[in-house]
Amino acid sequence: MSVEAHEMPILPDVDPLEKESIPQAARRKLSSPWASFVVVVITFLWTIPTLGLLVTSLRPAADAQNSGWWTFFANPAVTWSNYAEVLTGGNTIPNGITPYFFNSFAIAIPAAIFPLTLACMAAYALAWVRFKWSTVVFFTIFALQVIPLQMSLLPLLQMFNLGWSLGPIPIFPDLNRPGSEQSLLAGTYIPLWIAHTMFALPLAIFLIHNFIAQLPRDLMEAARVDGASHFLIFRKIVLPLSVPAIASFAIFQFLWVWNDLLVALTFAGGTPDVAPVTAYLANVKGTYGAQLHLITAGAFIAIVVPLIVFFALQRYFVRGLLAGSVKG
Amino acid sequence: MEELLLGLEKLWSGFLGIAAFGVLIVVLFFLGSRFRGRFSHPAALLIFLGPAVVLLIMGLIVPAVRTISASFQNSSGKEPVGWANYQWIFDSQSDVIVNSLLWIVITPIASTALGLTLALLLDRMRRESVAKSLIFMPMAISFVGASIIWSLIYEYRAPDKPQVGLLSQIVMWFGVADPPKWLLWQPFNNYLLMVIMVWIQVGFAMVVLSAAIKAIPGDVVEAAELDGATGWKLFSKVTIPMIRATLIVVVTTIMFAVLKIFDIVRVMTNGNFGTQIVPNEMYAQAFVQFDIGRGSALAVVLFVAVIPLIVFNVYQLRKDRATR
Repeated sequence: MSVEAHEMPILPDVDPLEKESIPQAARRKLSSPWASFVVVVITFLWTIPTLGLLVTSLRPAADAQNSGWWTFFANPAVTWSNYAEVLTGGNTIPNGITPYFFNSFAIAIPAAIFPLTLACMAAYALAWVRFKWSTVVFFTIFALQVIPLQMSLLPLLQMFNLGWSLGPIPIFPDLNRPGSEQSLLAGTYIPLWIAHTMFALPLAIFLIHNFIAQLPRDLMEAARVDGASHFLIFRKIVLPLSVPAIASFAIFQFLWVWNDLLVALTFAGGTPDVAPVTAYLANVKGTYGAQLHLITAGAFIAIVVPLIVFFALQRYFVRGLLAGSVKG
Repeated sequence: MEELLLGLEKLWSGFLGIAAFGVLIVVLFFLGSRFRGRFSHPAALLIFLGPAVVLLIMGLIVPAVRTISASFQNSSGKEPVGWANYQWIFDSQSDVIVNSLLWIVITPIASTALGLTLALLLDRMRRESVAKSLIFMPMAISFVGASIIWSLIYEYRAPDKPQVGLLSQIVMWFGVADPPKWLLWQPFNNYLLMVIMVWIQVGFAMVVLSAAIKAIPGDVVEAAELDGATGWKLFSKVTIPMIRATLIVVVTTIMFAVLKIFDIVRVMTNGNFGTQIVPNEMYAQAFVQFDIGRGSALAVVLFVAVIPLIVFNVYQLRKDRATR
């Protein structure tokens, strides 16, 4: 997996989606039309499912439920009413996707910023603040990636709901309001932010450490000699130089949280107060599975954000993904 | 309108969270930089490393220990039951284990094989970036979204009615009069669900392997060609050994993802009709049946299954390095 993976041979430092370089083009004697044909066919096959989703979401209810989406091209009829209904709720599905859509942003943006900030700080300490156990701590954090997040769900849920104590010492307070069954944290984004931050940290620290540790030693030492504190060096030197690594991981983490269902179901349930679009879609699919025109419209609203990020920031997205695909 | 206001309120809570976090960090930095002399070093260490370490202990280490101990307790987590929960998994959940094993073996191999084929073909193509983007795109889509996309393909309608599912329609065009109810069609429904995962992961395998193939030095290929290696021989004796490490990373990375995947099965069948896998069963036991003991035991099974993958991976990479 990652230790060596991110250093050299595994993930070459070329932008994988960029056009090929000239020597490679020269090296290639023939570009086979047969290969191109197969690729075009596969690309077509790979795109059809998503195209079907988009087409179905734009068809009138009766058409979508009684005929295949491919008949649309023979009999085109377009309506926006599916989107209108799924956004605000309507006769078929009483509550709309809008609150969940905003929840997704309110969960995913902080849940990308928090672990990144803490990971940058920890990575800096592990790379440039000398202490005795730094190697041990670093490898322990790396090893924590083995723990699947399923291992943490139940205990963390207990922690948020009932508090934790080690014998008499309280570690996490019991936040139940007096006389009520509900924790103060219920109905807030806080458990989701904390859980996503915790689960993201091992990988984030590991990847950012790899980057920060390679900053020029002379630069750091010169700053130390000039009397700059660690806090100043971190703000003025390390953060500005680490922007590429930070951007890649930020995008990866944002999309990971946006697309997550398991953590959302566990810590947010399905209420419009805090649950994200994925939880909404999973619920609606279970209850109103036959309303194809509405479910597809909802799904398209949910995937349009990652798709925009993907097409706009493809280069960063690919780097972040290649680096982060081992997460979980 | 009302909904937009509500939405702004939600964004505002998100913003408040970020602001509170920002203030906390600024205060910590301010306090930390007040320390001078021999306290400055430990203070910096505490502030930079402390928050992450505390969160990791509370979020991963302590929960892992608690889950392992809960897996030896009964459904309410109060009485010890020894190995009973594990006994239950291997006695009555063997189908679930078998399904999970099928997922872990078939999906990564299929995705990698297809991704490698595409990478090789792309290497012989002039304009590759559009095809790459489109094949890679499913990777940005959530598993939930992908499941909904594919439910349009697997939708079943009686054969005398107009078809809505693309797969049924295609097999009917090929002369099958009565297509099965795809998602209920045991045991093949498992493979149909795996197709969704392959659809998502092929792009990843393709992009990584394509980069690895391009990184093979030109003189190596030329030397092999001078020695008369072409086609299959060039592929099996030069290309594959040169990208071996990358292949292992791709297969094991997809294995990790597959091992813990939960969303596809949950949304498509919720584990019914013989499609249950360990992560979804874990969720069902822990959060639907509220059986803490069994849920925890299933989580531990996942954990134990991950370890050999990682050990193998690190070992292979070491070996690869040593021979380089």
